[in-house]
Amino acid sequence: MTEPTGQGGERHAEPTGRGGNRHAEPTGRGGKRHAEPTGRGGKRHDMFGASGFGDTSGFGGLVVREPQLVSSPKPYGEWFDDATGALEEAYPGFADGIERVVVHRGELTIYVKREALIELVTLLRDDPRLRFEMCASVSGVDYPADPSGRRLHAVYHLLSMTFRRRLRLEVSVTAEDPHVPSVTEVYPTANWQERETWDFFGIRFDGHPGLTRIEMPDDWPGHPQRKDYPLGGIPVEYKGAMVPPPDERRSYA
Amino acid sequence: MTTPETHATQPSGTTEASANESAADESYTSYYAESDPYGGAEPEGEGRVFTVGGGGDWDDVVDAIDPSENERIVVNMGPQHPSTHGVLRLVLELEGETVMQTRPVIGYLHTGIEKNMEFRNWTQGVTFITRADYLAPMFNEATYCLGVERLLDIEDQIPERVKVLRVLVLELQRISSHLVWLGTGGLELGALTAMLLAFREREDISRIFEMITGLRMNHAYIRPGGVAQDIPPGAVDAIREFVPEMRRRIDEYEDLLSANPIWIARTKGVGYLDTEACMQLGVTGPMLRASGLAWDLRKEMPVLGYETYDFDVVTETEGDCYARYLVRINEMRQSLRIISQALDRLRPGPTMVADKKIAWPAQLALGADGLGNSLDHIRTIMGTSMEALIHHFKLVTEGFRVPAGQAYVPIESPRGELGAHVVSDGGTRPYRVHVRDPSFVNLQSVPALTEGGMISDVVASVASVDPVMGGVDR
Repeated sequence: MTEPTGQGGERHAEPTGRGGNRHAEPTGRGGKRHAEPTGRGGKRHDMFGASGFGDTSGFGGLVVREPQLVSSPKPYGEWFDDATGALEEAYPGFADGIERVVVHRGELTIYVKREALIELVTLLRDDPRLRFEMCASVSGVDYPADPSGRRLHAVYHLLSMTFRRRLRLEVSVTAEDPHVPSVTEVYPTANWQERETWDFFGIRFDGHPGLTRIEMPDDWPGHPQRKDYPLGGIPVEYKGAMVPPPDERRSYA
Repeated sequence: MTTPETHATQPSGTTEASANESAADESYTSYYAESDPYGGAEPEGEGRVFTVGGGGDWDDVVDAIDPSENERIVVNMGPQHPSTHGVLRLVLELEGETVMQTRPVIGYLHTGIEKNMEFRNWTQGVTFITRADYLAPMFNEATYCLGVERLLDIEDQIPERVKVLRVLVLELQRISSHLVWLGTGGLELGALTAMLLAFREREDISRIFEMITGLRMNHAYIRPGGVAQDIPPGAVDAIREFVPEMRRRIDEYEDLLSANPIWIARTKGVGYLDTEACMQLGVTGPMLRASGLAWDLRKEMPVLGYETYDFDVVTETEGDCYARYLVRINEMRQSLRIISQALDRLRPGPTMVADKKIAWPAQLALGADGLGNSLDHIRTIMGTSMEALIHHFKLVTEGFRVPAGQAYVPIESPRGELGAHVVSDGGTRPYRVHVRDPSFVNLQSVPALTEGGMISDVVASVASVDPVMGGVDR
């Protein structure tokens, strides 16, 4: 599949229908089965047992492609060009610190290297042309099949009250080296949200004043929101049929 | 004989670890890998240690303690305490009645809503997320559905009637949520009458919701693409009757409380938080508006056509509990204005997007035994159309696919900015949903509100934050 451009339209251009839209984000339950030995049976195959291609239905209807990393081409439209232009001017390390920029469904996402994060958010907060005064949300997403190998993403939603704009920053790290600098010095509100992200995803926010679990008990093993976190559960018989535990049920993706 | 020994207090393990970390370990090597993240704090580092292993009389040990030497005591307020709005635990360090340090502890109501949603299809996700902030379930549903609709790219296909219905139930919900705040907050400060009145009116709203959605709470009414079903005959009349009655009753609350000397003594000048602190702590909603900043997402970044409604953003400048009370009371009045306008705009029309690939096929109807598939629909799919039956089965069991991507469409909930970060991998189930709940973020301000004040004011301050633990812990 060719380069996805994000922003609308794309879906209708796909000859394969809805199934063909999986390339916009480096994700995939399908990919999980490849990457994770704990998944269902490891290798992907269709309902008749054939393997080696993307079709999971056996009828050629549901084609799952390998996830790719994409970035949007300039111009991005709306206010995104102004903001990224201002950022490029104000931030000399733009080309090094920023991996890619994605504009999708009218939302701007900037993928940042972790080394550049603190400098970038400080600029985003303080530069008069940007003024992202509020950090609305910090959370995580786990993409085990991320082609870059860095599966854990810390996601920051920034809000500019001056310009009524929203911006998403993403920092990705590997599970083996899950260190991201803490933004609590810049946005004190990130304190609890970083604790929550550490709790659920195991991303370590260096420089956080007290990075402890917040939702789970202190002695809880593992990080429950990771995709490979074992859910446990046993098959349950209901009216003669066996209902498998949630993570072993059929997935249509 | 026993000898009391005193050790110098050491910094706790976490502080120590992070200090080492930033100084010596810039290359992100695995510092933590070989050490226990929770360990490190020396148990004997905390204050005074008494050695009683050598025998002796317990009374000698007790007598050796000078009671006036250390007056700082630690009080665990919660997690089961009637004034903490559910299972919030506050660890208070007190000197006399003065609060020296407040540490909120949460997580007692964590139910894994976000994780659960990853194992259900997109429509089923509504029934989970509605249980997060259980006093304002419609708002949870709305922000989630708006995110899903943005990913589906059907934002401009949403019928007008859906938007009006959503605004209608959201504003009713806002009043209902503020009423619970008034009731519980009043109860905690001893205003029992306010509690009785507020819950009486909330009952009216619950009845209206039951009429519309079939349920009093956790409605799952707002669905991706529209609403679950149209409002039944009689609902509009019931709301029309309710609006002037409610307007009169809000005046009643104000008569009771606004000039009440006890209420003023308990709330004025208590729990002060200014605009700058709100911004730093990420505090939004009535708390931010009570500090003077007129930030309301319904005005500033509107969705659902809020920009076309005529209403005012209520602000106060004092930044204390009393100002937050005034803001919430007046917000209820503004919500009534919006409800009246929404009722006037209600025109007949579809309540779901036209796209049959997305629209939930079951035409739900309210029967004698509650909400369910309408008999007409069952008759059609079972008796007349095999294709309709297959379509119904596929869409209900498998669900629709949502194009890959991520969206974040926050709305102004009764407590502030509520947003669902919705991520799709192109499948039939959410890949990840994170709820940015205003209660969770606003609760961080409790130490700032309470430290240095009296312990009795902790209750007033926490009540003025209006945290809902279902939303905090999710």
